[in-house]
Amino acid sequence: MTQLVNTNINGDAVGFNCETDETLLDVLRNRVGLTGAKEGCGTGDCGACSVILDGTLVCACLVLGMEAEGRKVETVEGLSDGAELHPLQSKFIEHAALQCGICTPGFLMAAKALLKNNPDPTEEEIRYALAGNLCRCTGYDKIVRAVQATAAELRGG
Amino acid sequence: MSADTRYTGQEFKSVGTRPLRPDGIDKVTGRARFGADINLPGQLVGRILRSPHAHAAIRSIDTSKAEALPGVKAVITSADLPDLTDGNREMFDILDNCMARTHAYYDGHAVAAVAAVDAHTARQALKLIKVDYEVLPHVTDVDAAIAKGAPVLHKDCFTRGVEPKPRKASNIAYRSEFGHGDVDAGFAKADVIIERTFRTEQTHQGYIEPHACVASISPDGTGELWLCTQGHFVVRQHCAELLGLDVSKLRVTPTEIGGGFGGKTHVWAEPVALALSRKANRPVKLVMSRDEVFRASGPTSATSIDIRIGVTKKGRITAGDATLRYSSGPYLGMWAELGAMTSFACYDMKNVRTVGLEILVNRPKTTAYRAPSAPMAAFAVESMIDELAGRIGMDPLEMRILNAAKKGTRSSYGPVYGPIGIGPTLEAAREHPHMSAPLGKNQGRGMACGFWFNFGGQTCTDLNITPDGSVTLTVGTIDVGGARASLALVAAEELGIPYDQVRAVVGDTSSLGYNDMTDGSRGTFSSSMATIMSARNAITILRQRAARMWDIPVAKVIWEAGCAKAVGKKYDNLAPLTLAEIAAAAPKTGGPIAGHNELVADGAGVSFATHICDVEVDPETGRTQVVRYTVIQDAGKAVHPTYVEGQYQGGAAQGIGWALNEEYIYGEDGRLQNAGFLDYRIPVCSDLPMIDTQILEIPNPNHPYGIRGVGETSIVPPLAAIGNAVSNAFGVRMTHVPMSAPRILKALEEAARDASEVA
Repeated sequence: MTQLVNTNINGDAVGFNCETDETLLDVLRNRVGLTGAKEGCGTGDCGACSVILDGTLVCACLVLGMEAEGRKVETVEGLSDGAELHPLQSKFIEHAALQCGICTPGFLMAAKALLKNNPDPTEEEIRYALAGNLCRCTGYDKIVRAVQATAAELRGG
Repeated sequence: MSADTRYTGQEFKSVGTRPLRPDGIDKVTGRARFGADINLPGQLVGRILRSPHAHAAIRSIDTSKAEALPGVKAVITSADLPDLTDGNREMFDILDNCMARTHAYYDGHAVAAVAAVDAHTARQALKLIKVDYEVLPHVTDVDAAIAKGAPVLHKDCFTRGVEPKPRKASNIAYRSEFGHGDVDAGFAKADVIIERTFRTEQTHQGYIEPHACVASISPDGTGELWLCTQGHFVVRQHCAELLGLDVSKLRVTPTEIGGGFGGKTHVWAEPVALALSRKANRPVKLVMSRDEVFRASGPTSATSIDIRIGVTKKGRITAGDATLRYSSGPYLGMWAELGAMTSFACYDMKNVRTVGLEILVNRPKTTAYRAPSAPMAAFAVESMIDELAGRIGMDPLEMRILNAAKKGTRSSYGPVYGPIGIGPTLEAAREHPHMSAPLGKNQGRGMACGFWFNFGGQTCTDLNITPDGSVTLTVGTIDVGGARASLALVAAEELGIPYDQVRAVVGDTSSLGYNDMTDGSRGTFSSSMATIMSARNAITILRQRAARMWDIPVAKVIWEAGCAKAVGKKYDNLAPLTLAEIAAAAPKTGGPIAGHNELVADGAGVSFATHICDVEVDPETGRTQVVRYTVIQDAGKAVHPTYVEGQYQGGAAQGIGWALNEEYIYGEDGRLQNAGFLDYRIPVCSDLPMIDTQILEIPNPNHPYGIRGVGETSIVPPLAAIGNAVSNAFGVRMTHVPMSAPRILKALEEAARDASEVA
């Protein structure tokens, strides 16, 4: 049965119809046209669909579309301020923290959530905060360095 | 190919720098379009029904109820993909793997497919398809498959490569042999001989993006296909052959690829999606689930390797002999053959013999995984080298240096080496601070070497000078890890213009001639060669146009620093013409300016690496953590060093996962028990340390810039490097990968028991 859901995505009021068994990831990708969040597993194991829901990092594949009613969803498409990249985005490119790029949207959202709560994380804290996001290309080295560099830049004002 | 591709030793301005990649912005903003991000108007959702049995005869398939379900637009079985392969066994196997015909050969083998208006309806329809299976005995283990009484998968499988032809069918599909010298005589000269059997379990490439495609076939027989792949020209060829389409009428457009590592060198669901589209007369989108990726794409081989090596007291290897059994799924592959070729490739062997046996099992068809087959063979050889060094009381690093292959060495698989990097990587390891750093409690240090051939192959590129003087470079090799940046650097280098003036894109199959896929670390090697030649061809035209603009002989025009310059006293007063100026005048000097090149990129220089690894083992649980890791590898010439480092780091991480955690686990019922990222655990961020890299540059004499492939070798040494590190920490020799916590704990307990018995 289809129901109308009213939500806010990246600052815009968005309404969509969805089936009761559709995930937030399905809705974002197939109904709202935001394909930045990726489905790598559909079971919450890879983090490629990471989005921020009312300030909390979630796997969009583990949230039902209906659960977004009246809530705020942040996706990678809303990370930059217009043409102005978020520092995480710039540092990911600068540090070559991506190769294929499929996991990148999820890492960016997870890193954003981390730095909001912990502006000066240790390497170990970064590694554990990002342990829910799988990357198969980089070995994580350059991802960790990009997050460290972003944290330093943000702290520096 | 007439172009001169020899190394010239030129100085570089662009190559070797580290600019930002052109696809970076799209990938950090969510704009980049991957396989599952493509949508067409009116598209249907495709889903595949898969066998739950490891081995079964398909008696019949009743699709009538599924077809009757409202919203279902097509249901297909093998009858809708008729056999057009005309006796070509390799193509028939691909067809049979895409859609089972008489038998299902593994848990996950496709048996039918539907296209419906939405996912919900497609899922419902799959449940309404009735398949009548006759379940048959199965075998999933590589050793059990050749044991007496094992169920034989194909009654017509008589081991090829054996004379006379065997009288009985078996699961040994092919036997290959390599080597030279007299192995028996070599062992007779040895002071110490060690013989062991090693096993490695099946692993998956683990790319984060599942296979995805959108297929559209029109009633006139033309088709389009969008997909994530490592080789769109190969996909076009295979799909056209399997569906009976003219190759030129199928246009394949590659999307961004979310990882492949060899696993996207093949067709799986694409012919099925095309067949569904043809039957439904609408576009069909087909995306694999993660469960399907594990069960029904192409993991690497499980192996069982018998190996024997002899050395003198002074550490010289006198002989090596190995028999390598590699599982290839239900169809013939070349995996044991590659293992047999690579095993002893690092060393100067006077007497060597390797035998490869391709073993058929009821598991998904084996496909390439980064330096395919080399890591398992290296695990056996490099573990033995360490053990032998220990037995004769020699430093394993020194023993490797003593035996390392060099220029002029006849490789164990045949060719004679040119300038190679195994010796230099070992020397660099000896000097590396990692080698002498202190170790902590329960820690051990190991090292290992690795080899990969690297490939060249068919390649073409198109370099167009646009009207404003900026440059579009169109390549036909898929960019899996930054190749567009590297190839733009190469074009900029040749033309003498800034990197930012070049935009590199991957063209679809209608925009370029045939290109082999991005495999064998060939992408940057071969496409850079074609890019250099394209640029030189464009420069020839640019010089002609400048000569026309100046009205002087073309012989008096040179190309230098991005400009045409007139030479000779007579023309001193002519100011150089920039690319932009020549481009602007093009309409009056002969029209658009472009350089094109087609070649077979011969002479891919072989690649060697040495890795150093420190592990810490928890003696109570067997849990093992890599605490420090160093990769030293020859790149020939690192075009974009940052992305070369990325390849080294990524390959090492995959090897670490393989060494410690990853394995396919089959139940007694022949079903895969861990078809998901929760139970098939690839390394996560908290599992790994930073991975240090050292790039060596020993120019490849067969490439104008000295470039070698860099993508694969780094997955080869980690299995043995970690095994050797564990051995050095606790004195136990690990012979079974993955060295998961239970296996290490068991080895530690057995060693303790043996020690107490001796006491």
